[in-house]
Amino acid sequence: MTTFDPTRRKLLKASALAGGAVAAAPFLPEAEAAAAMQAAKPAAAASMNVLLRVNGTDHQVMLDPRTTLLDALHERLQLTGTKKGCDQGQCGACTVIVDGRRITSCLTLAVMQEGHDITTIEGLGTPKNLHPMQAAFMKHDGFQCGFCTPGQICSAVAMLEEVKAGVPSHVTVDLNRRPEASSAEFRERMSGNLCRCGAYSNIQEAIAEVAGVKG
Amino acid sequence: MRPFTYERAASPAAAASAAARAKGAKFIAGGTNLLDLMKLQIETPSHLIDVNDLGLDKIEPTAEGGLRIGALVRNTDLAGDSRVRRDYGVLTRALVAGASGQLRNQATTAGNLLQRTRCPYFYDTNMPCNKRRPGSGCSAIGGFTRHHAIVGQSDACIATHPSDMAVAMRVLDAAVETVRPSGAARTIPIADFHRLPGNTPHVENALEPGELITAVTLPKPVGGTQLYRKVRDRASYAFALVSVAAIVQRDGRGRVALGGVAHKPWRVEAAERELSHGAKAAAAGMLAGARTTHENAFKVPLVERTLASVLAEAKG
Repeated sequence: MTTFDPTRRKLLKASALAGGAVAAAPFLPEAEAAAAMQAAKPAAAASMNVLLRVNGTDHQVMLDPRTTLLDALHERLQLTGTKKGCDQGQCGACTVIVDGRRITSCLTLAVMQEGHDITTIEGLGTPKNLHPMQAAFMKHDGFQCGFCTPGQICSAVAMLEEVKAGVPSHVTVDLNRRPEASSAEFRERMSGNLCRCGAYSNIQEAIAEVAGVKG
Repeated sequence: MRPFTYERAASPAAAASAAARAKGAKFIAGGTNLLDLMKLQIETPSHLIDVNDLGLDKIEPTAEGGLRIGALVRNTDLAGDSRVRRDYGVLTRALVAGASGQLRNQATTAGNLLQRTRCPYFYDTNMPCNKRRPGSGCSAIGGFTRHHAIVGQSDACIATHPSDMAVAMRVLDAAVETVRPSGAARTIPIADFHRLPGNTPHVENALEPGELITAVTLPKPVGGTQLYRKVRDRASYAFALVSVAAIVQRDGRGRVALGGVAHKPWRVEAAERELSHGAKAAAAGMLAGARTTHENAFKVPLVERTLASVLAEAKG
C-alpha cells in the first residue's frame, strides 16, 4: 500500500498478509514452500457468466462454479453485511432471503441462484431508513460483537413471515391449527442462528416487539 | 472444493442420462449436505447436474388415495402441507424436528433421504473411514461412540443414518420412485432403500449409478395417533441420540420406527405385535441382538423409555 488507508477492513487484510509471510518462512525452505503453494492452488474450473439479482439490482458476474452465494455476495459484490461464520450451514451468520425465504448462503452455489430474488441485510434497510427489525435490535441491544447480527435479522424477518404463512414448527402444539406468534415459537424457529456473545434474550425481545407480542 | 463443471438438467430422464455419461457426476438439489462435504473434499464430483428446474416440486394425490411427493419438495413445504399435517402427522413432526428453519427451506425430500452420516470420523479426513475410503478401516470402532449405532452395525462401520424424515417415511411405508439412465422408472419400497453397512458401508442405498429419485409416495392414510419423539443433546437443532416415530391405533396396535440407532431407519415389524403389551416388550424385540459400547449403551434403555413416553401420550 502506497498511501495510508485507515479502513479497518484494509488494515486487517494487510496485517493478515504480513503475519502469514512471517509465520510460513521459518518452517519451509523457499523452493519447497513455493511448491506447496502451487500444489495447494486448485486447478481452475471454467468460469461461468452468472446473473444475480440482489436487493433489486442485476449483477452480471463471471464466477468459478465453486463460488458459493455467500462468497459471491461478500467477495465479488462487496456486500459485506452477509457474514461467513462456519461456512458449513451450522451458524446462520450467512442467512439471506431468497424469493422470500431465509436460507444459508454458504450452502448454495451462486450459479444455482440465477433467476432468483436475493435480499441481503443491505437490502432490508439503510442507516437512515432502518427496517423495523434493525431498529428493534438496536433498541433492545440485540447484539454485542455484531457478527451474527445481519444473519439474525434476515432470519428473523423471514421467520415471522413463515409464522404468518402457517408453517408449523417443532413446538407447534396442534398441527391442524395455525401456529401462534409467541416467544416459544420464535425461540425454536431461530435455533439456526447462533450468537457466540449470547445476546439471545435481547434478540428475543426485539423479535417479539416487531411481531407485536409479549417478549 | 475440487473443480467441477455445472449444468442445469431439463428433464428427469435427461438428468439421469447425463449422470450416466459424465464420470464422477452428481445431482445437486438443495445442496445442504453435498456442498459442505465438497468443501471438505469428502465428496469430489467432477460434474454437477442441477435438478432444481425439473418441476418435481409438487405434492399430488395418488389414485390409491395417498400422496405423491415430488423429489424437490422442500422440507418446509412438505411439513406445512395441509394434507400431510392432517393425515401424516408423524411426517410433519419428524421434519420440523430436524435441522433449522433455513436448512428446511433449502433441503429437499429426495436429498433428505440421501443425507450422509454425521459420524465425526467420516468428516475427519485425517482418520481412516470405510465409508469415505473403502478398506481404510473404521476409526469409530474403539473411538468416541456416543452417537453410534447399536443395531445392524458391522465390523466395517458403526455409523447411523441422520435423517428424521426417513424414520417417519419408514413407519408410513413410503416408496421411492426413480428414473434410471435408460429412462426406465422403478419404485423401491422404503424398507429396501437404505442399506445396512455390511462390508460395503460406502454403498448406502439401492440407487444405481445415475439413477434419480423423482418422487416419494405415501400410501392411503392409516389414521391413528401419529407421534415423533426425538431425544437429543439440545432442545433444538441437533441430531437425534434416539428418536421414535409411532402410529398408534385406538386398540393399542401400531407401528414404530427408530432413528439414531442404526445405519438406516430401524423398524422390526414382528416386534410391533408386542406394542399392546407395552414398551418393554416391544423395545426388546426391536433391539434384539443389540451390540453396544460403554458410551452408547444408554441408548437401549433410552429407546424403551422414549417408546413408553410415546405410547403414554398416544393413550392420552
